[in-house]
Amino acid sequence: MSWIVHNLWLIPALPILAAGLIAFLPQRRRFAGAGLAIGSLAISFALSVAAFAHTLSLAAAQRLEFVNVPWLQFGDQWLRIGWLLDPLTAAMLVMVTFVGLLIFIYSTGYMAEDENFTRFFCFLALFAGAMLAVLIANSLLLLFMAWEIVGLTSYLLIGFWYHNPAAAAAAKKAFLVTRIGDLGLLIGMVWLYAQAGTLLFYDHGAGCLESSWAYYLPAHTAFFGLPAVTAIAILIFCGAAGKSGQVPLHVWLPDAMEGPTPVSALIHAATMVAAGVFLMARVYRFMWPLHVAIDAYTAPSAAQYLVTWVGAITALFAATIAVAQFDIKRILAYSTVSQLGYMMMGLGVGGPAVGIFHLITHAFFKALLFLGAGSVIHGCAGEQDIRRMGGLRKFMPVTFAAYSAGMLALCGFPLFAGFWSKDAILDAAHLWAPSHIPFYIGTLGALLTAFYMTRQMAYVFFGTLRPATPGHPSHHPAETEKPIAYEDVAEIAAAVESDAHTHDPHAHTHHPHESPAVMTVPLVILAAFAVLLGFVGTPVWPWFQAFLNRTPPETAGLHALIEPAVLTVTATSSAVVFLGILLGWWLYSRNAITRADAPDILDRTSPAAFTFLGHAWYINELYGATLVRLNSTLATLSDIFDRFVFGGIVQLVSWAALSVAHVDRLFDTAIINGGFDAGTHTVRFGGWLTTRFQTGRPQTYLRCIGLALVALVLYLLWGAHA
Amino acid sequence: MTPLEGCLLLSALLFAIGLAGTVTRRNAILVLIGIELMLNAANLNFIALWRYGPHPEALTGIMFTIFSIAVAAAEAAVGLALILAAYRHFRTTNLDRMNRLKG
Amino acid sequence: MTATFLILAAITVAGTAAAMGLRNAVHCVLALTAGFAGLAGLYLYLGAQFVGFTQIMVYVGAVAILAVFAVMMTHNPGEPEEIFSRFWVWGAVIAGAVFLTLARAIRLAFAPADATPATPAPSTTVQQIGDALMHRYVLPLEIIGLLLTAALIGAVIIAMDPKDDPTLEEDAE
Repeated sequence: MSWIVHNLWLIPALPILAAGLIAFLPQRRRFAGAGLAIGSLAISFALSVAAFAHTLSLAAAQRLEFVNVPWLQFGDQWLRIGWLLDPLTAAMLVMVTFVGLLIFIYSTGYMAEDENFTRFFCFLALFAGAMLAVLIANSLLLLFMAWEIVGLTSYLLIGFWYHNPAAAAAAKKAFLVTRIGDLGLLIGMVWLYAQAGTLLFYDHGAGCLESSWAYYLPAHTAFFGLPAVTAIAILIFCGAAGKSGQVPLHVWLPDAMEGPTPVSALIHAATMVAAGVFLMARVYRFMWPLHVAIDAYTAPSAAQYLVTWVGAITALFAATIAVAQFDIKRILAYSTVSQLGYMMMGLGVGGPAVGIFHLITHAFFKALLFLGAGSVIHGCAGEQDIRRMGGLRKFMPVTFAAYSAGMLALCGFPLFAGFWSKDAILDAAHLWAPSHIPFYIGTLGALLTAFYMTRQMAYVFFGTLRPATPGHPSHHPAETEKPIAYEDVAEIAAAVESDAHTHDPHAHTHHPHESPAVMTVPLVILAAFAVLLGFVGTPVWPWFQAFLNRTPPETAGLHALIEPAVLTVTATSSAVVFLGILLGWWLYSRNAITRADAPDILDRTSPAAFTFLGHAWYINELYGATLVRLNSTLATLSDIFDRFVFGGIVQLVSWAALSVAHVDRLFDTAIINGGFDAGTHTVRFGGWLTTRFQTGRPQTYLRCIGLALVALVLYLLWGAHA
Repeated sequence: MTPLEGCLLLSALLFAIGLAGTVTRRNAILVLIGIELMLNAANLNFIALWRYGPHPEALTGIMFTIFSIAVAAAEAAVGLALILAAYRHFRTTNLDRMNRLKG
Repeated sequence: MTATFLILAAITVAGTAAAMGLRNAVHCVLALTAGFAGLAGLYLYLGAQFVGFTQIMVYVGAVAILAVFAVMMTHNPGEPEEIFSRFWVWGAVIAGAVFLTLARAIRLAFAPADATPATPAPSTTVQQIGDALMHRYVLPLEIIGLLLTAALIGAVIIAMDPKDDPTLEEDAE
C-alpha cells in the first residue's frame, strides 16, 4: 500500500483545516484567508495528481485500493469508515481540485471589493474539503456525512449576501429541497445497513459493493416485487436527484444563482451538483439487475429505468425553459440542470463511464461559462440581464473568446470536449434496447441547447450595447424570475452614489471593460481544457471509459469513427448542433436587437408559450399552491393542536391546581380557621361561664364553700366506710 | 346518745344555723353575726370535747376557746368597722348591692 | 342528756334561730344576745366556768353591743328591703346539707358500744388557767395581744370618717 493511498485522507483534511483556521481570522486579514484556502487546495491538488499518477501506474484490474479504520464501537461491534482510491475517485479528485483551484484564484479578483472576503474563503475551503471527502469515502456513512456538509456549505454560500431577502430565501429553498432528497438517501442507507450489515463499499469481500448478496440474493423483495437492492438504489437516487437537480427536485438550482458567481461556478455547475451523478456511479452495482454478472447483457432493472427516464425528462424540460430566460446566470443554471439530466441518462443507459465522462467535461466548460458570465457581470458593473448587454465582444475580447469555446463545448460542436462526451451518451442511448425515446429526447435537447446558447451569445456579445435607462427598470410581461440580483447596481449606481451595495470598483463607468488578469487567466486555462479534454474519450481511443471500467485500454483506430452505429449518432448530433446554431443566428443575430425593452422574437411569435417557458412551466407556483400550502396547513394544524390540546391540557392542569388551591383555602378558612375560632369561642364561653361565679357577693362564695364542705365530708365518710 | 354526741350535734346545728344566716341574709351586719355564730359553735365543740375527751387536765380545749373568743372579738370589731366604711360608700348595707367585684 | 342540757340547748337554738330569722336587725341582735347567753350557760354546765364568764363578758357584753351600735349607725329607714337575698333557698339547702352531713358523720363516729362511763367533771381553777397562759401558752398570749392591738387600731382607722381628718385624702372608689 503506497504512501499516497495511506494518506489519501489529507486531501479533504487540509482544506477543512484551512477553513477552521480562516474562521478565526478577522475579516480584514484577506491575504491570509485567501492564501490559506488556495494554499490548502493547491496541496490537495498536488496530492490528487499524485494519487492519479499512482492509479495510472497500476495494472488496470488492480486499480482499487482502500483503507478502513475502526471508528465507533457499539457493544462488541466496530463501525468502520475508510477511504478508497479507484479510477473514478482519482479522476474526480483531479477534476475537483483543479477546477476548484482555478475558481479560488478567480474569486480573489471577483470578491475583491466585498467586505466579507475572508468569510467567503472560509466557506469555499470548507466546501472543497467536504466535496473531496465525498469523493474518497469508502463508507456510505462517511459519504453521507460529507454530503450533508456539502449541502450546508451550499446553503452558506448561496445565502452569502444574507441581507438580501432573495438570497436568504434561495438558500433556504436549496437546503430544504435537497433535504427532501436526502431523506430518501438516509432511508436507503439504513435499509442497506440492515440488509448487508455494513456500510463500507469495499472491505476485502465483505463490503456492500462486493458482497454476493447484491447479486444473488433471491428472496428479499420490497413493495411491487422489487428486489431489495433495487429499492435501495432507487432510494439512494432520491438523494442524488435532490443534489443534482433532477425533476421534480430541480427548483432550487435556478434560485441558487443568488449566490456570488464563483459559487455558482464551483458548486452549482462543476462539483456539488455532480455529486449526485457521482453517487449513482459509485453505487452502480445496486442498479444492476440481479442474478447477472456485471458484463452480461440483460434487461435493465427498475432503478436503471428510473434513472434513465428521469434524466431524459430533466434534460429536455430544463432545455425548454432555458430558451425563455433573460438572466445570464439563469440560462446557464437551466443549462446545468439539463446537462445533469444528460449525465443521469447516460448513467442509466450506458453505465458509469458514460455518465462520468460527461460529468468531467461538463465541469470544465460549465465552470468556464459561469466564470465567463461572472466576468461579463463584473465588466458590466453588476448587470445580469442579457437584454441590457450587447456587443461585448468588442469590449471584452478575452472573455468572449473563452466564452465561445465553452459555448461550443456545451453545444456539442464537433471536436470540442462536449461533443465527445455527449455523443457517448447519445450513442449509448441509441443502443439502449428497451426504447429509443431517450435518444430522441437527447437529440432534441441538444438542438435546444445549441439554440439557447446561440441566443445568449447573440444577446450578450453580438449586436450593439444596450444599457438600461437609469431608474427605469424593464416591465416586460415575459420577464421571469427577477433578473435584478444583489450584484445588479446599474440603476442604483446611476441614481444614488452608494458604495455599500457594490463590489465593483468601476461603478462610475458605464462602459463595459475587460476583467483583470486574475479573472481572465483561469478562463483561458479552462477554455483550453474545454477544447482538448474530450480527446481522452473518443471512440477512436476510449481511454477514459476503459480507465473507469478498469479494463485495459485499447485503441480502436480511426475506423471506429465510421462504424455505422457510431456514425449515425455522430452525424445526427452534429447536424442537430448546426441546425440549432443556425436557428439561433437566424432569429437573433440577423436583425440586431437594438433596444433593451424590445420583446423577444419568440415572445412576439407565441407569447403564451414564451411566458409558460419563462416561468419554468409554473412548477414553483404549483409547488407553492400544493406542497407549500399543505405544509402551511399542517403547520397551522399543529399550531392549533399545540395551542388547544397541549395548551388545553396545561390549562387544565393549572386549573386543577388552582381549584385545589381554592378548595384548600376554603378548607383552611372554614374548617381550620373555623375550628380554631370555635375552639377559642368555646374557651371564651368557658371563661364567661366561669366569670358567672364571680358575682362579687361573698354570700355566693360562702355557699360554694358550704357545698365544698359537704362534698368533702361525704367523701371522707364514704372513704372511711369503704 | 352520749352527752358528747349531744353536744356535738348541738354544735353542728348551731353551725348550720349560723351558715344559713350568713348565706341568706342581706344585711351585712347580720352576715357578720352569722359568722360569729359559727365561731361560737366551734367553741362549743372544743369545750365539749375537752370535757368528755381524754386528759381534760391539759386544759387544751379551754385555752383554744379563750384564744378563739379573743380572735373572734377582734375580728368582729374590724368587720363592723369595715361595714361602716362600706356603708359610707354604698349608702346601704345590702350585700346584694355591693357587687363591684363582679366578674 | 339531762334536762338542764336540753333546756340550755333549746334556749341557744331558739335565740340563734331568731337571730338569723327576724326581720328587724335590732331584734336579731337582741336574740343573738340570748343565744350567746344560752351558750354561756352551756359552758358553765360543761364545767368551763372561765370560758363561760368570758363568753358573757366578751360576746354578750361587747360583740353584741357593738353589733347593736353598728345596726343603729347603718340603719336606713327609707329603704324597704328584703331580709333574705335572692336564691335564699339555695343557701338554706346548703346549710341543711351541711348539718345533715355533719350529723351523719357524728352519728357514725359514735358506735353503740361506745357507751363510755360519764367521767366526773374536771375541777379546773382559774389559777390553773392562768398558769397555763403564762407558762405554756405565753406565746399565743402575746400574739393575741398584738392582734388585739392591731385590730383596735385598724378598726378605728377604718371606721373613721375621712371628713373628720383634714389630712386624709378622699380616696376614690
